[in-house]
Amino acid sequence: MPSVTMTVNGQQVTRDVEGRTLLTDFLRQDLALTGTHVGCDTSQCGACVVHVDGKSVKACTMLAVQAEGAEVTTIEGLAQNGELHPMQAAFKEHHGLQCGFCTPGMVMSAVDLVNTKGEASETEIRDWLEGNICRCTGYHNIVKAIQAGAKAMRS
Amino acid sequence: MYEFNYHRPASLDAAASALSGAGEGKIVAGGMTLIPTLKQRLAQPSDLIDLSAIADLKGISEDGGSIVIGAMTTHAEVADNATVKAKIPALADLAEGIGDIQVRNRGTIGGSIANADPAADYPGGLVGLGATVRTNKREIAADDFFTGMFETALAEDEIVTAVAFPVPDKAAYAKFANPASRYAIVGVLVSQGAGGVRVAVTGAGPSVFRVTEMEQALASNFSAAAIEGIAVPADGLNSDIHASAEYRAHLVGVMARRAVAAAG
Ligand SMILES: Cc1cc2nc3c(=O)[nH]c(=O)nc-3n(C[C@H](O)[C@H](O)[C@H](O)COP(=O)(O)OP(=O)(O)OC[C@H]3O[C@@H](n4cnc5c(N)ncnc54)[C@H](O)[C@@H]3O)c2cc1C
Ligand code: FES
Ligand code: FES
Repeated sequence: MPSVTMTVNGQQVTRDVEGRTLLTDFLRQDLALTGTHVGCDTSQCGACVVHVDGKSVKACTMLAVQAEGAEVTTIEGLAQNGELHPMQAAFKEHHGLQCGFCTPGMVMSAVDLVNTKGEASETEIRDWLEGNICRCTGYHNIVKAIQAGAKAMRS
Repeated sequence: MYEFNYHRPASLDAAASALSGAGEGKIVAGGMTLIPTLKQRLAQPSDLIDLSAIADLKGISEDGGSIVIGAMTTHAEVADNATVKAKIPALADLAEGIGDIQVRNRGTIGGSIANADPAADYPGGLVGLGATVRTNKREIAADDFFTGMFETALAEDEIVTAVAFPVPDKAAYAKFANPASRYAIVGVLVSQGAGGVRVAVTGAGPSVFRVTEMEQALASNFSAAAIEGIAVPADGLNSDIHASAEYRAHLVGVMARRAVAAAG
């Protein structure tokens, strides 16, 4: 079995995995980081979005071995010292979720948006969420949360 | 997914020998098409050869009058690249319109063209701009590269290394996107440059094709009005739940006129 080493939420981990192990399964089953959700498992919904070397990717469409040497951040890695990340706090404040299933992916996508573009208009935010599907909210409060979260991240 | 042996060679030569040495070897680039295929057990490669550690395959450079994009360059990198935006904005637009940001962060130009999905955007870009595909064995003109639905001129063990795009005088890409996936229901790239006028259509047929009648009309008068009356026959075009062949034929005209207008 190949061995893989990567940094997950700041901690280096090494595990033996089968080549076919998906990054989602590696995070959820090997590392017990179950905040990364699996919605569709067919690259459509974005519930599984994590950051690999700072860029948002769908962890259900990546092999764990492809993350060799990479820096991976999951939703569990955002809060610092027990304080919610500004984007998480904004989702809470603006009621950017209902059932919460899509939320980890939404938040990870949103943080990538702010890191990549800085300021973003409502249209740009909606466009950026093309790969994140929510079946509950109608997106309105998600967009509001991201606008507020973006502001908080910059200040 | 069936189990396979995973390799991550650091050079093109090592990748080529891993590929030819494997029982049933398959290259993985961004994995955006291949991994879903493997998950559905629609393919059973014995070995997966990951190109991501080969630095030579990444990046964008200028070479004379061309922009050369390494096979492992992601759609997001093409969309964001200052040289591409300045020299061939149509290509940056095309890349920006692919799927969603997570797909663009992983998916590569080499993977997209090797896969040759009839609804993919890049085939329209390559043929519409008269690009040349570079492999570890030879150079192939885009016109000869795409040979059919999911079919290319690539040999079993051939690896795309880069694509060279001549810089056009003007060009634009107009796409009628599938609202769910953003794949092209019909996408048309129109360009004018040293090689004349090109009109390439992706999404509509089994494989990308050129519309010579429009190219000739535009060569003498580069305006949307010049191609107003040119209809593309529906025979042989794709028909599925998203659009009938007749609707696609109609869209080819609409997208071509939009592209010409946008190219200016
Ligand atoms: C949700 C979603 C939406 C999408 N929307 C669009 C869209 O709107 N427009 C669009 O055009 N595409 C779209 N795609 C496809 C996307 O662009 C993929 O990136 C692309 O089809 C494959 O590129 P890849 O790098 O991921 O290749 P992989 O999946 O890794 O490989 C694809 C195939 O190409 C072969 N291959 C890869 N690299 C090479 C190489 N250098 N030389 C030889 N063979 C090679 C592999 O062996 C495999 O057979 C979408 C995909 C998803 C999942
Ligand atoms: S679970 Fe990965 S995109 Fe839906
Ligand atoms: S909050 Fe339920 S899917 Fe988005």
